[in-house]
Amino acid sequence: MEGNLETMGALIGAGLACTGMGGAAIGVGHVAGNYLSGALRNPSAAASQTAMLFIGIAFAEAFGIFSFLVALLLMFAL
Amino acid sequence: MAETSSGGLEIHPMDQFTVVPLFGDGTLQWYSPSNVTLWMALALLCTLLFLVVGTRKRAKIPDRFQMVAELVFMFVRNMVQEVAGRDALRYFPLIMTAFMFVMFSNVLGLLPMSFTTTSHIAVTASMALTVFISVTVLGFVKHGLGFLGLFWISAAPLPLRPVLAVIELMSYFVRPVSHSIRLAGNMMAGHAMIKVFAAFAGVLGVGAVVPVVAIAAVYALELLVAFIQAYVFTILTCVYLRDALHPQH
Repeated sequence: MEGNLETMGALIGAGLACTGMGGAAIGVGHVAGNYLSGALRNPSAAASQTAMLFIGIAFAEAFGIFSFLVALLLMFAL
Repeated sequence: MAETSSGGLEIHPMDQFTVVPLFGDGTLQWYSPSNVTLWMALALLCTLLFLVVGTRKRAKIPDRFQMVAELVFMFVRNMVQEVAGRDALRYFPLIMTAFMFVMFSNVLGLLPMSFTTTSHIAVTASMALTVFISVTVLGFVKHGLGFLGLFWISAAPLPLRPVLAVIELMSYFVRPVSHSIRLAGNMMAGHAMIKVFAAFAGVLGVGAVVPVVAIAAVYALELLVAFIQAYVFTILTCVYLRDALHPQH
């Protein structure tokens, strides 16, 4: 076993940053599920709102991406 | 890390993202053509072939190739018109270019032994910064200081507005970050996942039925992701363009 403590902490932190992925997963699932339930209630309005669905998914996903960014910073920029 | 893993699983899923020069002994100068240059040029070539050859005849009754080219063209055009408004159609060429480049880069990256240019943050960040800077300049040119109304939400109660202005300002400057890393992260993660499953198949040898089936499924998913990420990249460009053209909420 060798290597310094700082690298170990950074790598553990990078691993912990993966938990942010779960939050993004909840967010994306929430957006898609609500879109589907709305679309089944009013199918005629569904087609015009697919763009909003993808915008919503993209914004929900952005916060999962920030945890990925934190992991990258910990692994390579520290 | 790769040297220490002697024996056992030999998986190097990140090796496919290394930039190597096409000619010479591996030293990379700013002018040396690398695999990034090659695959970018191929994406450009595919776009040219797809659109120029597809619309060359301009027949009244289109053949299949022309139909697909027109389908993609009208898809992006309708997206710009619906999301950003009719007056945004002046900027349609930029958005169409971004869509075609991102889509072909993503799809070409799925070929075996190929290189995904959009998996590098340097590539996507330069595209996202192009969008960010041009949209900001456009907003100030069109509306002058009225563009700052984007951050001053007049629908909110007055005491809340400064707080919201800070939040809006932060989310505005975080836009190029999320815009670029979304694309690069999705591409990188997907391709690394395919390589990991491929390594499982290589270790198991002849009996590797499950990994091969899994690769086929993941590959199909990645094809979908390649299209959806190109779509998301362009639709977010449209959203930012709409904010620049109509800053009042």
